[in-house]
Amino acid sequence: MSTISREEVARLAALARIDLTESELNRLAGELDVIVESVAKVSEIATADVPATSHPMPLTNVYREDVPTEPLPVQDVLAGAPAAAGGRFLVPQILEED
Amino acid sequence: MTAQTPAAGRTGDLTRRSAADLAAALRAGEVTSVEVTQAHLDRIAAVDGAVHAFLHVSADDALATARDVDARRAAGEDLHPLAGVPIAVKDVVVTKGLPTTAGSKILEGWVPPYDATLVERLRAAGMPILGKTNMDEFAMGSSTEHSAYGNTHNPWDLDRIPGGSGGGSAAAVASFQAPLAIGTDTGGSIRQPGAVTGTVGVKPTYGGVSRYGLIALASSLDQAGPVTRTVLDSALLHEVIGGHDPRDSTSLTDPLPDLVAAARAGQGGDLTGVRVGIVDELNGEGYQEGVRARFDESIALLAAAGAEVVHVSCPHFDYALAAYYLILPSEASSNLAKFDGMRFGLRVVPTEGSITAERVMGATRGQGFGDEVKRRIILGTYALSAGYYDAYYGSAQKVRTLIQQDFAAAFEQVDVLVSPTAPTTAFRLGEKLDDPIAMYLNDIATIPANLAGIPGMSVPNGVSDDGLPVGFQILAPARADDRLYRVGAALEALLEKQWGGPLLDRAPELVAGHEPTHALQTEGTPR
Repeated sequence: MSTISREEVARLAALARIDLTESELNRLAGELDVIVESVAKVSEIATADVPATSHPMPLTNVYREDVPTEPLPVQDVLAGAPAAAGGRFLVPQILEED
Repeated sequence: MTAQTPAAGRTGDLTRRSAADLAAALRAGEVTSVEVTQAHLDRIAAVDGAVHAFLHVSADDALATARDVDARRAAGEDLHPLAGVPIAVKDVVVTKGLPTTAGSKILEGWVPPYDATLVERLRAAGMPILGKTNMDEFAMGSSTEHSAYGNTHNPWDLDRIPGGSGGGSAAAVASFQAPLAIGTDTGGSIRQPGAVTGTVGVKPTYGGVSRYGLIALASSLDQAGPVTRTVLDSALLHEVIGGHDPRDSTSLTDPLPDLVAAARAGQGGDLTGVRVGIVDELNGEGYQEGVRARFDESIALLAAAGAEVVHVSCPHFDYALAAYYLILPSEASSNLAKFDGMRFGLRVVPTEGSITAERVMGATRGQGFGDEVKRRIILGTYALSAGYYDAYYGSAQKVRTLIQQDFAAAFEQVDVLVSPTAPTTAFRLGEKLDDPIAMYLNDIATIPANLAGIPGMSVPNGVSDDGLPVGFQILAPARADDRLYRVGAALEALLEKQWGGPLLDRAPELVAGHEPTHALQTEGTPR
């Protein structure tokens, strides 16, 4: 029984913003099917009365004094950027033009 | 490159010494940090062509630190106990001015503008950083075969994997290229490489070492820790990097237990009154015969040293691997969203159609990520997507609670829990690359500790029938990392007494001057 179709992988890849080739789509559909089948057993013991744990240590909010500090210099941050101009990141067009 | 026996002469002697010994020799003025650092750089030049533990060697940076430490020592300055002892750092930890790729093409050539907190602490202690070590891309893997920059080879057998994801750090330490290294452990990435290379690896309590400056894989599981050849060396390093960091909101505020004192106490080999629990679910079927035999022998040694040994059951551990492979991809799919070609690293612009940010992201991530990273991001996206969230991610979080409850019940009966670290010795390169599930099963014994946030250690406890090293895992309750060091150091002392020396003395000598198979820099060849 197949739970993850090729089309489903394509939809997920689009959500995750990863361009996949045809062969990657086909291979991943098969692999994810096997993996999902083997991890689905978690639902066997995850009954309604069991609370969920999202974090290993029971920490509550940690506060510190709000002390101003020097941030990283702008030129250091932009040094690793694919493109920069005028002290800012330069990125491709974000919104489609109508 | 001259072919020279690495064990010969003063240089060879220095690379085979423990960090504790080197620190003592440096303090006594018998050697300088420049000599120690240069000896390791020479060793790297001689053998890393064959091992490929390093992605980047930072000789100038390391020697500058060494010269500075030597000058300060000569001036009579009070230095940190490990000042002048060199170290290698896993490439998932950001280092100011040194390339950091996390084993991925998407970060090729990126030079971080800041240091991780743990790196700041290494620098403040005066520890020369030899370089950055190879790893599975973004720490996803158990063999280092998922690095975009080529395989690392196990020093015990160059045709075999060094474990993963921190195979580079473990192989560097096992082949005497570094006395110490930093690893990170999300599901076993410090402990499993330790087991298969005959080295010591420690995953501290979650929050015990700052995660600030670690390139996150799964934020609720990740923890950095020591990779060394002796238990005492791990304790010394753990004390350098551990302790509260206000820049990591999950960093524990409790003071570290006295780890070095615990290791020294353990070296006496007396475990009277220590209650040791064998986890029945982490032994037996699926574990190689030689792994089980060495485990049973180690248990007998602990019992002879006065430990009370009992069997405990952690029934929900059978579900740990499944829960892990839902929680990890879910968190990873979110954490890795920042690699989008906008602010750092690779940017791939589509050659046809409109050039929008969204299309650039898809093209960049499609080309920049390797197979395993794509697999896990898509899996995580699936587990978190509408309609599946409760069944997968939600259920996995409940299993996490049940595993924590298993540990809590077990630690009411015993002080430490023990198991083999990994079910098998190092497998051959390529053997499991096309079978993700078989690869994932390597971490079956190490994963529960990450899900519960508790500390764990792997100590080398012999070789299996195939002549390859195996590891003994010790687990302790959260914040009781000192127990690992006491029991680990005792086992190590008892075993070495039997063997007449460290296990690594039995590793085959690497041939110096071996034809390099990889370039010693980040510009490696993609798989």
